[in-house]
Amino acid sequence: MLPSDRVRVAPLERSIMGRDASIFEGGQAGPVCFPTNTAEVQGCVDAARRHGRAVVPRGAGTGLAGGAVPLGEPVVVVTTKMNQLLSVDADRRVAWVQPGMINLDLSRALAPHGLHFAPDPSSQQVCSLGGNVGTNAGGPHCLALGVTSAHVLAVEVVLTSGEAVVLGDPDGFAPGLDLRGAYVGSEGMLGITTAVAVRLTPNPPAVQTLLLAFDTVDAAAQTVSAVIADGIVPAAIEIMDKNIIWAVENFVGAGFPLDAAAVVIVELDGLPGGVAAEADRVAELAVERGGSVRRAADEHERALIWKGRKSAFGAIAQIKPDYYLHDTVVPRTRLAEVMNRVYEIVDEHDLQVMNVFHAGDGNLHPLLLYDRREPGIMDRVHAAGSAIIEASLAAGGVLSGEHGIGIEKRDYMPLMFSDADLDAQARLRRAFDPDEMANPGKVLPTGASCADVNALDKIPEGVWG
Amino acid sequence: MTGQESAADLESFAAEVGTDDPVAVVGGRTHWTVGGRCPEGTRLVRAPRGVRSFDPADMTVRVGAGTPVEELDAALAEAGQRVNLPLTPGATVGGVLAVGRDDMHALGRGRLRDALLEAVYVADDGRLVKAGGPTVKNVSGFDLCRLLVGSLGTLGLLGEVILRTWPRPTAQQWLAGPCDPMEVRRRLYWPSSILWDGQTVWLHLEGHESDVEAEAEVARSLGCETVDGPPPLPEHRIPAGAFEPQEIGGRHLVQVGTGTAYVSAPSPLPDSDPAVVALHQRLKAEFDPRGRLNPGRDPLAAT
Repeated sequence: MLPSDRVRVAPLERSIMGRDASIFEGGQAGPVCFPTNTAEVQGCVDAARRHGRAVVPRGAGTGLAGGAVPLGEPVVVVTTKMNQLLSVDADRRVAWVQPGMINLDLSRALAPHGLHFAPDPSSQQVCSLGGNVGTNAGGPHCLALGVTSAHVLAVEVVLTSGEAVVLGDPDGFAPGLDLRGAYVGSEGMLGITTAVAVRLTPNPPAVQTLLLAFDTVDAAAQTVSAVIADGIVPAAIEIMDKNIIWAVENFVGAGFPLDAAAVVIVELDGLPGGVAAEADRVAELAVERGGSVRRAADEHERALIWKGRKSAFGAIAQIKPDYYLHDTVVPRTRLAEVMNRVYEIVDEHDLQVMNVFHAGDGNLHPLLLYDRREPGIMDRVHAAGSAIIEASLAAGGVLSGEHGIGIEKRDYMPLMFSDADLDAQARLRRAFDPDEMANPGKVLPTGASCADVNALDKIPEGVWG
Repeated sequence: MTGQESAADLESFAAEVGTDDPVAVVGGRTHWTVGGRCPEGTRLVRAPRGVRSFDPADMTVRVGAGTPVEELDAALAEAGQRVNLPLTPGATVGGVLAVGRDDMHALGRGRLRDALLEAVYVADDGRLVKAGGPTVKNVSGFDLCRLLVGSLGTLGLLGEVILRTWPRPTAQQWLAGPCDPMEVRRRLYWPSSILWDGQTVWLHLEGHESDVEAEAEVARSLGCETVDGPPPLPEHRIPAGAFEPQEIGGRHLVQVGTGTAYVSAPSPLPDSDPAVVALHQRLKAEFDPRGRLNPGRDPLAAT
């Protein structure tokens, strides 16, 4: 089926595929396949079945929850060679893409049509669209327009039976159950994505980007809540705290104020009248809460602000060699309170934290900084992480806003879901994949009823870094 | 309504659904025969009714599935908000979600399937099951909410839901004229609706007053003029992509951008891929192996 240069079995190549961008180590890949089309993916699945192995789909490997970490030497199906833009229909606002296509490459290819793909994860320069579908990825600009699921019209999927099937419809309406919706965000556990029909969004005629600076994180968070409560749904609202502002300024010089405790980036887009009125109102709400307001004067200044935001993770390496990025969501009215609790938790565990996150959605992203060479540090990092998850759930939040569950939060699922809830998710899994052959060991806790949420030892030994 | 009262209502709904005999949930009977008729004599139950909690600053609302959509809309309107549900007179929140038809404004406001954040439903074994989560963004586990929208209650009976709300715009306008719907779509940035019957285009604009006026000016240059509103949607829904417009018989309206056309006479649906049919059968076998939930209804046959 696949030529030998596209099936890799050497120990080094398999060990490279044993990890993704999460902190999990100890994954073990079996044969690593690089198909170029749907028929070859079917061949990989058939071969895996004949040899009694699981299959794990993998895009660019940028996932942060360990979703692509192979457990038990499965066949790893890497989609990086399936990276073509198959078709664009600008009138119907739909494009078919292969799963290995890079997120930003798609929006670049669409620029001549005045269209783009709305989800823009921070990793968009390297992450793949198949991976975006797998995790139901988000990004700063998902506040008004929704995460990946709202931008996927249809997916072609190879099921573990080896059949290829199209779920959904590129025109937007397929009779029957919304199998497309059930598939998006299933973290590679319902099949392997071989093509995606994405919904294309027209580029906005007007954009205004505001940089608001505050003396306290509390005032920044209160302003975000006030904007939402005022009936404004900006294209994006991001908060960055003092620690990350300093790291970013030193790294890219985005012009962020170094004396601020937090900045809020608010982007408004749409037709010019609404954008101007809303920008004025956001500025008013910020000033009422003690903030200062800078409006990006031109595209260059706007691009620089976003460069600062999107460089955050790279900038951290100046401070500590390792970081653990968390991802929880809380109701938008509870942001300030949960942020304060995050700082307390981090102090209690004697760690450093930076906060840079999608505040408009209530999507927290505390980054815990550490140096893994420091003895005992991982215990503190994990204890603080658990406490952040518990504080988010206690405030009426959820486990993950955009990274997914993967291995990372699998054993936390019972904190959010009852046995009956988890059983229903397992039924969905079995309907698609009766033999549980696709990406086993992720998302659903084993037995789907384990009450001991801190039992990280249930995860194969060595997987936690 | 407190959280405790809401929980008690859900418990009694679950008890009423029970664990054994066939049962159908009834809302406003506005779409009662979509996807098939439930057998004569099937026991009927009603989902809890009432807005449970609404914090305008969170832009989410928790509501009993048996609540009429107009009652929900009135409660949200007080805070200047709304949901992307079709406001069919007499229909219930659970009913319109289970039927899964988009509001006529889905092009600009978003699809019905994206409105549902969390659902508590009664499963075939009488247990209460929660799908999704209360926040506007959530990827914790499989997305069962999407599967429930349009499922005609064949996988579980909706008891209570959390929906995303949106601000109501300050200005709006319907226009109509004999223009090309694709040209309208190309020239206007974000129309909330474009309907087309093969000759006339109806389009809806909403947003900031000056933007609506500027876009209306563009529409007028294409041959449209201001009208009171669109014609009523014909009764049956078909996938527009599967038919050329001239093949659609009778009175019809294409809802541009959602792949949907509404027709007065039901057309046979194109055959689904056998693999898609098999997935439907396996899902039904997993979620309701005894076939007791909303018997007689088939999502694949829903027009």
